[in-house]
Amino acid sequence: MYRSHVLVCGGTGCTSSGSQQIIEALESELKQSGLENEVKVVKTGCFGLCALGPIMIVYPEGCFYSEVKTTDIPEIVNEHLLKGRIVKRLLYQETVAEDSADVKSLNETQFYAKQHRVALRNCGVINPENIDEYIGVDGYQALGKVLTEMTPQQVIDTVLASGLRGRGGAGFPTGRKWSFAAANEAPQKYVCCNADEGDPGAFMDRSVLEGDPHVVIEAMAIAGYAIGASQGYIYVRAEYPIAVHRLQVAINQAREYGLLGKNIFDSGFDFDLDIRLGAGAFVCGEETALMTSIEGHRGEPRPRPPFPAVKGLFESPTILNNVETYANVPQIILKGAEWFASMGTEKSKGTKVFALGGKIKNTGLVEVPMGTPLREIIEDIGGGIPNGKKFKAAQTGGPSGGCIPASLIDTPIDYDNLLEIGSMMGSGGLIVMDEDTCMVDIAKFFLEFTVDESCGKCTPCRVGTKRLYEMLDKITRGTATMEDLDKMEELCYYIKNNSLCGLGQTAPNPVLSTLRYFRDEYEAHIIEKRCPAGVCKHLMQITILEDKCKGCTLCARTCPVGAIEGSVKNPHKINQDKCIKCGACMEKCKFGAIIKK
Amino acid sequence: MANKKPGVAFQDTPEQAAKLKEIIASHKDQKGALMPVLQQAQDVYGYLPIEVQTTIAEGLDIPLEEVYGVVTFYAQFSLYPKGQYKISVCLGTACYVKGSGDLYDRLQQILGIHGGECTPDGKFSLEACRCVGACGLAPVMMINEDVYGKIVPDDIKDILAKYA
Repeated sequence: MYRSHVLVCGGTGCTSSGSQQIIEALESELKQSGLENEVKVVKTGCFGLCALGPIMIVYPEGCFYSEVKTTDIPEIVNEHLLKGRIVKRLLYQETVAEDSADVKSLNETQFYAKQHRVALRNCGVINPENIDEYIGVDGYQALGKVLTEMTPQQVIDTVLASGLRGRGGAGFPTGRKWSFAAANEAPQKYVCCNADEGDPGAFMDRSVLEGDPHVVIEAMAIAGYAIGASQGYIYVRAEYPIAVHRLQVAINQAREYGLLGKNIFDSGFDFDLDIRLGAGAFVCGEETALMTSIEGHRGEPRPRPPFPAVKGLFESPTILNNVETYANVPQIILKGAEWFASMGTEKSKGTKVFALGGKIKNTGLVEVPMGTPLREIIEDIGGGIPNGKKFKAAQTGGPSGGCIPASLIDTPIDYDNLLEIGSMMGSGGLIVMDEDTCMVDIAKFFLEFTVDESCGKCTPCRVGTKRLYEMLDKITRGTATMEDLDKMEELCYYIKNNSLCGLGQTAPNPVLSTLRYFRDEYEAHIIEKRCPAGVCKHLMQITILEDKCKGCTLCARTCPVGAIEGSVKNPHKINQDKCIKCGACMEKCKFGAIIKK
Repeated sequence: MANKKPGVAFQDTPEQAAKLKEIIASHKDQKGALMPVLQQAQDVYGYLPIEVQTTIAEGLDIPLEEVYGVVTFYAQFSLYPKGQYKISVCLGTACYVKGSGDLYDRLQQILGIHGGECTPDGKFSLEACRCVGACGLAPVMMINEDVYGKIVPDDIKDILAKYA
């Protein structure tokens, strides 16, 4: 028995902030104090509040220490773990109760109070590399129930009745997908998991794999039983080394416990899993491209039909679901379809995980019921925009999605509402932008991404996105005309209607949605040759205010291209022909004498 | 993310050649073996020169043009050697909004190379990478396995000095 547990986040965010060193320092310090048999250090998955990493929670008190440094460890061990005195200065400020000695529970803080964790319920709670901890929180019970008490049809009916829809982007009903694959007779079928989380700014799948890998394994086995498949593949990004490692550990443990392999739970059902690594191609997030890639080819999409449920991986019936979708399945089986369907809106049931990023205070992962208004996510959970700036827009759905402007901040977020306002759920990346973000530049940024990631198989996408990018580039350089704007819109619809796969069909969305809500910004670039947010480099000049410049020469020494001329104690001047507008001089100037306009 | 740096003459050690043989043998009868073999081969050599691709093509009985097609399709595979220290700047949305584009520009200036290239002494190579999923720490840059988060362009010189 341990009297105290210290949970340290071992997710990618906190590992990058040095949580591994924290764990090592903790263990050695505990040993020195002779506490190694009284206090247990547990490396868990992500707590969600990545901005404040490395994060550590001490139980039973529930103290949430944030931004911990290795030099803080002796104090935490000596004061808190040895003497029972909480180190208040290191606590997450929101958990410090002002008028009493107690700490507030995490669930009372703004960031966690409005969250409802279903898919992420074990992340930051259990040690992901220990199967016993997963079993301790009802893990593999759903698989047991399915194999011993339910028929495959009953499993499919339960998932259908829950209203669960795919969390990877398009939102197709999961139960329907399973029933199609179940209906096709074949000697071999496959269950695949899409963990090729390529959508920039989304990292919930990574967090589930790192924090609770067994839930994905259990759900895939359940899916295998439902459709009659004995083999599964998890296609995961090579960019997520921690997730790949934990997944492999989890698969090995499940095999050892007989939860993967032959005759699981003595039911006669066989199921095994293999990991396949992606190699950095965004298009492989598309289902047919992903399967082509597992087969060992260039990850190009195939025309549908035939749909994967008929002819998928290795020409066999296949289902493919996203990590977060799977993470919901075991609890739907255990708690019932009605429980799941009681959360969310009419057509979007359950919860959704969002990766909050960009210009927001609490960057990290949040899980809220479907239908939560955007305002609640940004202002309450996210803590609002830093530096007193104004909220301008939120971008959802990554390169396939669009922007939600400030005027629509009260929109309840679900699949259908987002489509209606010209964006999409996507995988759940939610990037917040403030007044310093140029919407034309953002559209161009996404197009640059799709141009680079277009696989080249079909012309509308390969050539169309490139032309679209060139038009946007022309606008940001101030050389476009209003006629170009009309042409650009026409091209958008052409690409949408004629591309082979989802990548091309959605690639123009960032352009269309910014045109819809921020047309004035496009017009300012074209007509006034001005970038309202001051981002587009070709439309601005950096100049030195003569009356404020003291001639300290710091800017001239900083300039990487030698564009600043002037002698000591005399006002300097920027040679505009040489200036590359990097802004380095502005950062250095102590007198605020250098401005952008 | 093109590889622009011309390659040095390929030369492998007997250990590398033996390792490659072993990798090919262990995957030979597996469905869809090409990708895992290429990934492991790149771990051995650091890149995938045409000589290695030829060995793999012969070993797995797949046409060389197909192997080459796969290698050039995926961003992870490189036809040319990378620098001793591989710098990648995340240009994912969250990092971009927080100014990773400026980091990338500054790195190109300081190192005197473009993205996708390697410094003449073989020390640093630079590339833009896709989202590494550490969006809470944006903007993020990686040097080999080390992650640097929440940085501004002026931090770069000090960070690079650690690898000098």
